[in-house]
Amino acid sequence: MNRASGQLEEGERRLRNFNINFGPQHPAAHGVLRLVLELDGEIVERCDPHIGLLHRGTEKLMESRTYLQNLPYFDRLDYVAPMNQEHAWCLAIERLTDTRIPRRASLIRVLYSEIGRILNHLLNVTTQAMDVGALTPPLWGFEEREKLMVFYERACGARLHAAYFRPGGVHRDLPPELIDDIFAWSETFPAVLDDIDGLLTENRIFKQRNVDIGVVSRDDARNWSFSGVMVRGSGLAWDLRRAQPYECYDEFEFKVPVGANGDCYDRYLCRMAEMRESVGIVRQAVEKLADAEGDVIVRGKLSPPSRSDMKTSMEALIHHFKLYTEGFRVPEGEIYAAVEAPKGEFGVYLVSDGTNRPYKAKIRAPGFAHLQAMDYLCTGHQLADVSAILGSLDIVFGEVDR
Amino acid sequence: MDLAKLDRLADYLSKRQEDRVRSTSVVRGELLVEAVDYGIDKFAEFLRTDPKCLFTTLVDITAVDRPGEDLRFEVVYHFLSMELNHRIRVRIGVREGEPVPSVVATFPSANWFEREVFDMYGILFSGHPDLRRLLTDYGFSGHPLRKDFPLTGYSEVRYDGELKRVVYEPVKLVQEYRSFDFMSPWEGAEYILPESAEADEKA
Repeated sequence: MNRASGQLEEGERRLRNFNINFGPQHPAAHGVLRLVLELDGEIVERCDPHIGLLHRGTEKLMESRTYLQNLPYFDRLDYVAPMNQEHAWCLAIERLTDTRIPRRASLIRVLYSEIGRILNHLLNVTTQAMDVGALTPPLWGFEEREKLMVFYERACGARLHAAYFRPGGVHRDLPPELIDDIFAWSETFPAVLDDIDGLLTENRIFKQRNVDIGVVSRDDARNWSFSGVMVRGSGLAWDLRRAQPYECYDEFEFKVPVGANGDCYDRYLCRMAEMRESVGIVRQAVEKLADAEGDVIVRGKLSPPSRSDMKTSMEALIHHFKLYTEGFRVPEGEIYAAVEAPKGEFGVYLVSDGTNRPYKAKIRAPGFAHLQAMDYLCTGHQLADVSAILGSLDIVFGEVDR
Repeated sequence: MDLAKLDRLADYLSKRQEDRVRSTSVVRGELLVEAVDYGIDKFAEFLRTDPKCLFTTLVDITAVDRPGEDLRFEVVYHFLSMELNHRIRVRIGVREGEPVPSVVATFPSANWFEREVFDMYGILFSGHPDLRRLLTDYGFSGHPLRKDFPLTGYSEVRYDGELKRVVYEPVKLVQEYRSFDFMSPWEGAEYILPESAEADEKA
């Protein structure tokens, strides 16, 4: 210390960088995140995220449970849009077992995946506004989220932890009144989006806090393994629903909104535009559902027999018992199945050894890759921008920590 | 996914990188390349820059534990090319305690992926700038995703009202964790019945 000060010229002041802890309990951390920030005055010099405070060992638990028992774990990853995660797990199993699901089930999956996308973007857009100082948007957004949660509840009985997508289809068919109500909601929702739009998009404070903050170049978006809105905000029109279509997304019409500058504001605009596209997909799915009658789960080894069969057939009763105790077996092999979750590419790498439990399941969460770029994104920004950047990364700790 | 395209890519890789590629296969529409472990950093760089590959996004790094085998761990890399719209899986076999060259120099995002693999499996990555634990607790010991690590772990935490702090204790289970054996008695599981000759030999 003395030697260092001895080298200082006359009149210079000794400066010391300041280390602060952001979190683990911070309202703008969107969960339990501890950021160790090294500050030079107000400027962030280094940002070291400490994660794992919500680590539950999901992948370890999954190795000791059957395939069906593992499904509800996916609701608990990104708990903001639960069904999109289940979708990846179901796709992985269906690809390993060569299962083709009924068309009606496929449409219901698309319908609920898009509802999940709106759920997620509503939360993210409005809470990001809260992170930079606005209080009204979350109140407006959560009112709509509540309506969507009711749609979740009416389909599967649970508002959050749905366990509705099952290997081979979906658990139950939707009642016709529910489909009508979803369509009616899709007519009123754009007006709510317009309201949020009017409140935020040209808001002076919101723009001052977000424009030119956390700029991601196209190359860096790829270097840091970004996906979803994080690459689309930087101008890359990459959407798995379009580029590598799964389910029946190839028959839907929707646009892929892209940003121009790759800053927090463009990512906000992308999310707003994506919600409008999702409403369009929801409406198309409802229309297509009217012509797609039939079963919603493929009848076979993956799914339970119908209730009436169980009353009359001994084999069906045995099958039901075996399915819910032993579970089904998945042929030996490995698969990587990815879906365009609201936050980006959500993938499951599944290694099966031919038994009723996965030998290894790795969950590839988009938020994990996004969060590790915090150091790259925050360095050189003001301390107050950290919460704006974190908000626009769209982080949920359920999936980051797993 | 276009299978012919993947076959052509597999041929191309085994010709251009014959000293680094052990074998290639296309299964269920996915290209799998078995690579040599010591050249993975160079191979990743090739995959990223070669105009026919352009795998500019590293999707994921993970590992699979196969205890009892000579090459105990498989380290699995998934790459994606947004430019050419294709994916690849690269797999290498690693002995226990043997370090793997890090790919952080080519893919900055490998940083946390490799830290996670180190944390969960104890595989070391040589050349990694900052190989700390990532997901487990500060001061944690052991590597949870290894097959010989018990599901319940070794220690548990609780808040001690008298000491006014969180204390660590060995796991105490009220009931043993029940792991059911679902193998069919006709085709699987060799049961050693108590009081049989085999059981006596083991004891």
